[in-house]
Amino acid sequence: MQIFHHSTNTLAKVSIFGALFAAAGGLWLVLEVNRSSYVTQAGVARIQPVQFSHQHHVGGMGLDCRYCHTSVETAAAAGIPPTQTCMNCHSQIWSTSPELEPVRESFRSGKSLEWVRVHDLPEFAYFNHSAHVNKGMGCTTCHGRIDRMPLVWQEASLQMEWCLTCHRAPEKFVRPQAEVFNAAYEPPADQLELGRKLVQEYGLKPRTSCSTCHR
Amino acid sequence: MRGPVLTAALLSVAFAMGCRQDMHDQPKYKPYRASDFWGDGRSARPLPEGTVARGHLREDTHLFTGKVNGQLAATFPFAITESVLARGRERYGIYCTPCHGLAGYGDGMVVARGFRRAASFHVDRLREAPPGYFYDAIANGFGAMPSYAAQIPVEDRWAIVAYVRALQLSQHATVSDVPPEKRGELGAPAPAPPAAGGHH
Repeated sequence: MQIFHHSTNTLAKVSIFGALFAAAGGLWLVLEVNRSSYVTQAGVARIQPVQFSHQHHVGGMGLDCRYCHTSVETAAAAGIPPTQTCMNCHSQIWSTSPELEPVRESFRSGKSLEWVRVHDLPEFAYFNHSAHVNKGMGCTTCHGRIDRMPLVWQEASLQMEWCLTCHRAPEKFVRPQAEVFNAAYEPPADQLELGRKLVQEYGLKPRTSCSTCHR
Repeated sequence: MRGPVLTAALLSVAFAMGCRQDMHDQPKYKPYRASDFWGDGRSARPLPEGTVARGHLREDTHLFTGKVNGQLAATFPFAITESVLARGRERYGIYCTPCHGLAGYGDGMVVARGFRRAASFHVDRLREAPPGYFYDAIANGFGAMPSYAAQIPVEDRWAIVAYVRALQLSQHATVSDVPPEKRGELGAPAPAPPAAGGHH
């Protein structure tokens, strides 16, 4: 006795193959959603208590990164400047601007400005700024053109696959030590050639073992 | 119909995996993280006054205060080498050029925007001032200039003073200051300056 109509043979074949594609497609979807800026928050500028513009201070005025981020060459954290650093100039410049009232209030009261963290690595990953900037890794390699950001956003995904693109092939990204803090630096046409030379010169051996970053 | 159901089940499992963030957000303090334990909301605690880290007692008054027997030091506390000068040039570029300008005339870009003009280094009074005078200004501030002690470590302050001395010489030199064998190069195009970190 024929329970199923003859056409269900086709349906069975399609659903077997279809399930494969649906599963693969689903997996692909999960991975892509995970990489998207919806999850990583890359490219999303954060509203801050003071709308501090790196575009103005770095791109426009030419301030060096280290004027404010004083510990970037010597410590894991680059350093968020104390309010005093703002007041070095803003005691006299824009000193009555309402925009800067939170800065003056912080200076008077001694209470910290509560900046919104933009780059928030997971807590099982240990990143060290000094290890990178002292070995020819430029600020903008990870942070993007900070000198063009009115409000800071996270340029990279900060996901492990992104870290590994450089840890596996530093010659693609390393730059001369003197250019590390130059936000306008553009890699030369012969980056790979220069990169291989610098990797030798700086003795770069970025490891890819788990315990390099996870402790 | 089993295929789509299975896919949906797998998908929901896959999505559910990303939901727990306990390892991402561990109950510990990273630098600059806020704390609700302390009254001021900071996890980084200020040092009690007078704290001295082991091995960091500032016994060398010449090095740390720029003074010798209470007088502004007329000498540097360590030998000034080419690498110290290069370091001074780099640090001067980072911390001093905004007000003092690249050559030290007090015409930096912050001054151009209205900050009280810093004195030019190229006046007799400052050419005659001892190194300790400049060190003291960096460490404690001077006039409208705030203290840069928090931003510039001790050795770097002296390196900057050495570079200021070099700047002063550069703007106040005569042909007799040039070694005889180098005088022929005067008027020749200047060699490219050595790379200093950052752009200004």
